[in-house]
Amino acid sequence: MAELAAVIASTHHPFYYRASTATGADRPPFADEWVAKIEAFRETLTRAEPDVLVMVGSDHFHQLWLDNMPQFLIGKAPFFDANFHNEEREFGLPKMTLRGEEDLAAHLLRDGLDRDFDLAFSNELRIDHSITCPIITLRPQADLPIVPVYTNIFAPPLPQPKRFVQLGRAIREMVESWESDKRVAVIGTGHLSLELGGPRQFGEHGPDPEFDRKAVEWIASGDIEGCLAEVSLESLHHPGNATHGFMDFMLMMGVAGEGAKADHVDTLDLFHTMEAYFTWYPNGVPSGSGVSA
Amino acid sequence: MSKYLLDKFLFTVDRDPELTERYREDPAGTVTWWEAEMANTVLNCIPAEKTTWLAFTDDERRALAEHDHVALFQMGAHPFLTLTLFIALFERDHGPMEYQRAYGKAMEHISMPYPDIAT
Repeated sequence: MAELAAVIASTHHPFYYRASTATGADRPPFADEWVAKIEAFRETLTRAEPDVLVMVGSDHFHQLWLDNMPQFLIGKAPFFDANFHNEEREFGLPKMTLRGEEDLAAHLLRDGLDRDFDLAFSNELRIDHSITCPIITLRPQADLPIVPVYTNIFAPPLPQPKRFVQLGRAIREMVESWESDKRVAVIGTGHLSLELGGPRQFGEHGPDPEFDRKAVEWIASGDIEGCLAEVSLESLHHPGNATHGFMDFMLMMGVAGEGAKADHVDTLDLFHTMEAYFTWYPNGVPSGSGVSA
Repeated sequence: MSKYLLDKFLFTVDRDPELTERYREDPAGTVTWWEAEMANTVLNCIPAEKTTWLAFTDDERRALAEHDHVALFQMGAHPFLTLTLFIALFERDHGPMEYQRAYGKAMEHISMPYPDIAT
């Protein structure tokens, strides 16, 4: 059976690519610290020596639209082109093409349906920055095949937070029951408190630092029950109007497991939002790893 | 009121560079043309298979024609769509992050709970 080599949860900040590649007067003052944290985070994936990446993210009204909106969708295709015109325009993100791992995608679809997740699928999916940002930060050579898993955190009505956790648990079981000798990393990105297009956007820090502090603690300690006890579709409006993206972190907590303490935890307080990076090694920290718990 | 149609306008104009420029230069004319020609196009169907019933209200038409992002927010248009398109329209006229901050400040009188964005 396949081995779950690493579970990684991260924010996805579309400005990282431009900040990290800018030079001279264009380079923001926080870029060097940000790059250092990302490089340490990247090392946690490199050490896991993955063969395949399951990438959990959310389409931001790029290919998926309100005339036909899935709640959870698996991409099954030999290739995935990536990034859209408005991401190039606003964030300077490059066009990319990633290989797909169709056998694992087919397994997740069949097994997921049989576990009562009515998963949608796409055989021609252009992926956006929710998946390409972690490729850029964690695997910039973009050399590994992926299986995209899209969730709807964006266009209400949304699934309940507990459903994200349940899907995360199922993804773990399904990866570990995949008949393959491959090493799989599951990588998911979401947000802590975030406001987009509302009065609290683009402040000196994220819109709700207290929520961010609690969220990092829930994730780092694997406190799924504590998190579910406080987080609801209604409550997520309060920390910021785009905070429902936190449910993708909850999905990743489901993959990591109840009580699973993250092996790598890091944060960076930026204007507008807090960055947060977590890595778990379900089968133990790889030997020679320099990761800090 | 059709939050869906507002969102459809923002979505289709944002993703098409020519339409984005047209909306910047001639907002009222673009809204009139879009409602007549594009509003009832199903995006993954052939042109002949049109919807028969989508139209803006007067308030929606006015908010779009006046580039009024605050009114769009209060009507429940999806904030991500509005923000992304309006950054494309107006960021170029301002210093770094200046437009984004002014965009938020123009809404500082709006308190929780925000308008429902469900369609």
